[in-house]
Amino acid sequence: MTAATEVDRLVATHGSEPPALMDIARDIQAAEGCVSPERQRQIAERLDMRIAEVRAFVGFYSFLTEEPQGSIVIRLCDDVVDRMKGFDRVRDAFEEALGVSVGETTPDGAITLTTTPCIGLSDQAPAALIGDVPVPFLSSDRARDIVSSLRVHADPTRLVTRMGDGKNRHPLVRSMVRNNLERPGTFIFGPEYRGEAIRKALSMTPFEVIRTIKTARLRGRGGAGFPTGMKWEFTRVARGARKFIVCNADEGEPGTFKDRVILTELPDRVIAGMTVAGYALGAREGLFYLRGEYAYLRPYLEDVLERRRADGLLGRDILGKRGFDFDVEIRMGAGSYLCGEETALLNSCEGRPGDARDRPPFPAESGYLGFPTSVNNVETLCCVAKILEHGAATFAELGLQQSTGTKVLSVSGDCTRPGIYEVPFGTTLEAVLEMSGGEGAGAVLVGGPSGTWVNPEGFGRRIAFEDLATGGAIVVFGPDRDLLVALEGYADFFAEESCGYCTPCRVGTQLIQRYLQRFREGRADQGDLDGLLRVARTLKTTSRCGLGQTAGNPVLTTLQSFSQVLEAGLPAVGTRRAAFDLEASVAGARALRGGDHV
Amino acid sequence: MSTEAGTRPRIATVSLAGCFGCHMSLLDIDERILELAELVEIHKSPIVDRKTFAARCAVGLIEGGCCNAENVETLRAFRDHCDVLVSVGDCATMGGIPALRNRVPLKECLDEAYLSGPSTVNPTGRIPDDPELPLLLDRVYPCHEVVPIDYHVPGCPPPADALWAAVQALLSGEDPVLPYALLKYD
Ligand SMILES: Cc1cc2nc3c(=O)[nH]c(=O)nc-3n(C[C@H](O)[C@H](O)[C@H](O)COP(=O)(O)O)c2cc1C
Ligand code: SF4
Ligand code: SF4
Ligand code: FES
Repeated sequence: MTAATEVDRLVATHGSEPPALMDIARDIQAAEGCVSPERQRQIAERLDMRIAEVRAFVGFYSFLTEEPQGSIVIRLCDDVVDRMKGFDRVRDAFEEALGVSVGETTPDGAITLTTTPCIGLSDQAPAALIGDVPVPFLSSDRARDIVSSLRVHADPTRLVTRMGDGKNRHPLVRSMVRNNLERPGTFIFGPEYRGEAIRKALSMTPFEVIRTIKTARLRGRGGAGFPTGMKWEFTRVARGARKFIVCNADEGEPGTFKDRVILTELPDRVIAGMTVAGYALGAREGLFYLRGEYAYLRPYLEDVLERRRADGLLGRDILGKRGFDFDVEIRMGAGSYLCGEETALLNSCEGRPGDARDRPPFPAESGYLGFPTSVNNVETLCCVAKILEHGAATFAELGLQQSTGTKVLSVSGDCTRPGIYEVPFGTTLEAVLEMSGGEGAGAVLVGGPSGTWVNPEGFGRRIAFEDLATGGAIVVFGPDRDLLVALEGYADFFAEESCGYCTPCRVGTQLIQRYLQRFREGRADQGDLDGLLRVARTLKTTSRCGLGQTAGNPVLTTLQSFSQVLEAGLPAVGTRRAAFDLEASVAGARALRGGDHV
Repeated sequence: MSTEAGTRPRIATVSLAGCFGCHMSLLDIDERILELAELVEIHKSPIVDRKTFAARCAVGLIEGGCCNAENVETLRAFRDHCDVLVSVGDCATMGGIPALRNRVPLKECLDEAYLSGPSTVNPTGRIPDDPELPLLLDRVYPCHEVVPIDYHVPGCPPPADALWAAVQALLSGEDPVLPYALLKYD
């Protein structure tokens, strides 16, 4: 039995309501390497929850475990981009140096080796998280060095040898991560006028602020592109004793890392956007949902909040405006892509597993704890601050009719200058490839795995809601890449991240994996292509949330742009299915009989 | 369809890795069985006990998926001798109950069944291994993963009315599209 005093101490720090569960569980995981059944029982008692609820919570998040992990957990990013950049060699080197395989812990209980989907370092792949420390640009030599250093000092923070650029050098960040800000635009990455956005907002009525956002025709940057002004209006007019502004910093779409760079370089701008939203919507409380992979930014962000409080930009009577109170609390994720979906995010904040809710009701009506809530992406909030600073017209002049302003792109893969590019909406893919040194690409995946595969004929297409919509991920594939391998990688991702609530997604994502495996092994026939298409379409129309609804996209858009990848050489269905091999399927039974029978 | 002029179309049925429940459901069409007998000639089926195909059939109804090599052989023979092949019931369409073993290694399944199961009495301590016994497959396969299947009728078992509607439609050369009422199980 472990004494409950530790849990009592954490409850005293984080609170005794279910929303405190994430912080409590994360702290226990960090200190003890797991959240044991005994701890779960103690937590349930203190937070007045059921043990089953706490257990479901621990089971849902990949950073929380019931079984003990090593004191240090090495999470290798095994995204498609990392696999392109030498993941296999790095993994082998870690396995060899540690003497364990992925998924195992060293016998002394010191180090666990595991893999994880994109950690937001695609432009510096292969990458890993060691403890909370992001480690970019891995090689097999570096892997061996890391293991021997950890064997000496067991302190991941001491792995930081050469710090990255910009605020990655800030004393509260001290990270090896690089911003790779290849093309800071003049808008979002333009000069900082601290306090100006809020001052402008306070000179207007809340409705005028909402009208300004509408006039700017700002659309959400998190992927779905919903008009922000409209979302704000719905939330403003919804009835509720409390209202919430949520900043979605979960950034989990593989290949996306622009929010990380915005948070590193422009955190004040994001919080200013939240504060403006608070004023416009009549909300006094803000939640900042930071993905677990970005925990290394938390102390820095806490400090930003603290300084803003000290400067009267957060807290009570902001900038002297009587009665305008607004503050922001950071909430952590713990390794779940789905938590970027806004209703899953809200569940996560409430101390539940991060699976999606049925909609309606939409968060604008019933969000965090049932109160009207506006969930906005990091970059969207940044735009809000800049629109207030420069005026709606300046913003709306940039871009296209339905896509105003600029877009921050995360470019990675086979290009010579991967990194961050802020471009006006309407920029062609060709131009982006030219800027980033990705000319001659064979394929580009726009918007990450839930987005669109574009072939070279489509490089004239534009980054815009009216053409290629994207949350920001641009993954470049050289002409020699086998897209089937990439497709399979993304299929693994969706199958892993599906929460399993609805059958089409839970089963469909696994069927897609199985079909693609047949294609790779050259055992597929026309019937498999028909089946694959049927599953991908079924996912789109019958899944409960955006994850399942988009999980078939890689396959569907591949068939539009790269049909040869799946169709070339595909035999028609005769009287036998190509994938079934009788000899292979009885081999096991034959061996069990001792091989003396035919 | 392969019907010589003046003869009734032939149909064939078989139970592979199934429980015969689907065949029971077919018999559940009650007095319509007489109508069926007028409509078709039941060429090969557990009901008539013919071992091999002697002629080409218009329709083959398959109950059960494939759990062993013999199932595969039988199913392939059906594919070769039937114009239209229908997977009947959840075992044929998805593997069904027998496919519960798919997540357990074959050896464990056999040990549990013949050696260590709580109700097992097996003084020889041997797992049956007579060469006559067909070899088990690594997992239970739904029929369409082994041969192409033209139609699937869901249900465990599909209700008699659904089977009747499907067979009638097929015999009259129509696409068997079952109404919602026949596909609703709660
Ligand atoms: C599976 C899934 C993951 C998502 N991940 C994110 C994310 O990481 N960040 C984000 O801002 N939006 C994400 N979204 C979109 C959010 O649900 C929501 O639309 C967005 O946060 C709204 O903010 P915006 O209007 O400013 O874009 C995701 C959606 C889905 C379906
Ligand atoms: S679509 Fe997938 S991720 Fe979304 S609720 Fe259904 S199972 Fe969960
Ligand atoms: S589907 Fe149901 S009734 Fe038919 S064989 Fe399988 S278990 Fe038996
Ligand atoms: S961090 Fe590895 S691909 Fe994003």
